[in-house]
Amino acid sequence: MIAVMEEKNLYLSYFASFEGNPTVRRHAWLHRIRKDAISRFSEMGFPTTRHEDWQYTNVAPIVRQPFKLAEYELKDLSEERLGEVSLAGLKCNQLVFINGFYSKELSSLQPQTRDVVVGSLAAALEQGGQVAPYLARYARYHDRAFVALNTAFMHDGGFVFLPPGTRVKDPIHLLFVSLDQGTPAVSFPRNLVVLGAGCHATIIESYAGLRQGTYFTNAVTEIIAGDHTVIDHYKIQRESDEAFHIAALHVHQGIASNVTSRSISFGGALVRNDIDDVLDGEGAECALNGLYMVTGNQHVDNHTSIDHAKPHTTSRELYKGILDGHSSAVFDGSIVVQADAQKTNARQTNKNLLLSEDAVINTKPQLEIRADDVKCTHGATIGQLDEQAMFYMRSRGIDKETARNLLVHAFGGEIIGGTTVVPIQCQLDLIMHRRLSGVSTVKETL
Amino acid sequence: MLEIKNLHAKVNDNEILHGIDLTVKAGEVHAIMGPNGSGKSTLAHVLAGHPGFEVTEGEVVYEGKDLLSMAPEDRAREGVFLAFQYPVEIPGVGNTYFLKAALNAIRKHRGLEELDAMDFLALVKQKMKLVEMDESLLNRPVNEGFSGGEKKRNEIFHMAVLEPKLAVLDETDSGLDIDALKIVAQGVNSLRSPRRAMILVTHYQRLLAYIIPDHVHVLFNGRIVKSGGKELALKLEEKGYAWIEEEIEKAQPVNS
Repeated sequence: MIAVMEEKNLYLSYFASFEGNPTVRRHAWLHRIRKDAISRFSEMGFPTTRHEDWQYTNVAPIVRQPFKLAEYELKDLSEERLGEVSLAGLKCNQLVFINGFYSKELSSLQPQTRDVVVGSLAAALEQGGQVAPYLARYARYHDRAFVALNTAFMHDGGFVFLPPGTRVKDPIHLLFVSLDQGTPAVSFPRNLVVLGAGCHATIIESYAGLRQGTYFTNAVTEIIAGDHTVIDHYKIQRESDEAFHIAALHVHQGIASNVTSRSISFGGALVRNDIDDVLDGEGAECALNGLYMVTGNQHVDNHTSIDHAKPHTTSRELYKGILDGHSSAVFDGSIVVQADAQKTNARQTNKNLLLSEDAVINTKPQLEIRADDVKCTHGATIGQLDEQAMFYMRSRGIDKETARNLLVHAFGGEIIGGTTVVPIQCQLDLIMHRRLSGVSTVKETL
Repeated sequence: MLEIKNLHAKVNDNEILHGIDLTVKAGEVHAIMGPNGSGKSTLAHVLAGHPGFEVTEGEVVYEGKDLLSMAPEDRAREGVFLAFQYPVEIPGVGNTYFLKAALNAIRKHRGLEELDAMDFLALVKQKMKLVEMDESLLNRPVNEGFSGGEKKRNEIFHMAVLEPKLAVLDETDSGLDIDALKIVAQGVNSLRSPRRAMILVTHYQRLLAYIIPDHVHVLFNGRIVKSGGKELALKLEEKGYAWIEEEIEKAQPVNS
């Protein structure tokens, strides 16, 4: 018990000096939230495997490591390397963050119409008002330790604000790059996306580690989709092979809104993605798709929670996993249908491809249905490569390795192929290709 | 080109082939006929190297090499081709992409330059005509959503592109109506050549009316019990497999 308290105290002492900074204390409303968050974190402590939501994911390696707070440091970043993870070739709005801090020099924005905001959260917090009604109102932290931790230390990230009826044609890319800082460091990216009624936008969050060694990314993203709004969202996780990544995405949807979110996870040593989507308007729809590809000793845990709060809402989930080596993965998909949410239509599917005997997948659907006129199905498969298909290809002259890679690529392709932004699809294909080309570790393939 | 000597093979502890002897020369077309369960498909799969079948005795010499010790992809690269009876669907793997990878693997093995996308497409367009293949099937995933006839034609299309030396066609006629059968037969016939040998595994004589074999063998209980020319196929059609059974029984000494 004492050990746990010591580790928690590290962050408590960080907070004490963090809030000593007058800039941090400028807005009373924000300071109140921060203090509340750190106090909750102090009460909860880090989750252990005794907590049901964390039973398969042991965060001891993160807790044990004395990370320092990340700083803005542009070191060893070649244009070429940045080019591999950016969408610079595509006409888009790209906000680049280095170790969690906005870098104006590396970012590029398209001209926007009046009242449209695409910029850094730090700048928005500086100016005040616009953020206040939304920030930390959706990603609840009172029972989520890592969300509480992020909320206490949040200071920068992407802020997107679209007044009603706005369509932003060019994708908005929030690119978080982690660079070497000499010692292991922790960053707290915080994104807030507020789309009024009748809006349309494509939002991409990328987390890329362009460095060796261990570091910790603790990110929280809140997306508020107004009535009749359509959002195409991507989360691409390509952290370094020794990195820790714990992220939460909270989506709140209005009437007849449509959100498609794709979560792609390739990197990291220990990764946890939490997605909470509340369908809080009649006719709202969401599609949560995911692909996780792990090998070596990687562990990735995807927890999703869809709340059908209103009638005639639809949800579709397709998560696919490719596991090799001694890796492990978790898929926990919770669907709650509230008592008034009649005519809900929910479908959840988790498919896993195990390429080695030592890989482990834990898949658990959780359905809580309180209405009586609904349609909810769920299914999970755990399989190996199709031997018939393997033989067919080999009998035509294709060697075993190539045949295997073709099948694995085809398996992941169902998710990657659904990508509407072509440069993203190319990037993902490339990462996958590198992983399959006989590179058994994660290093250098991201 | 091919010499099968005393081949015994089993699947799941059931011995299916009980000693097959067969010699096939370049340019020849051999038909292997037999009732269901006689081992026709087993023979085809053993020649292609399917891991589910275990050879318990005997040998297969292909162009002077020990075929049974070669991996399936090596047999293909040496010119062996199996047209499957039930071609598998491979979602997410494009028909053309797959075929190009296969052809280039074979070409590389033969010391030939690999074809780039444009040259390959030109080759494909030419070969498609042989089986009246629809262009729309080129970019679909392998066999996905193909009808039975389209799958069989796709097999022959692959054969046309890969240009094997020894082609084993496993019940290529099964599930085909007469029109589809004619197209497939036409495709196969156009691929006959003095340097190529073919083994047609078939249950019915029907196919052999269009692809005239040089030799016909009857497989029964895992052994070749009768061999002859193309007339043998007609006789079987007329008299049925029961006739073969009777002939075998007559030839057997009475067991006490």
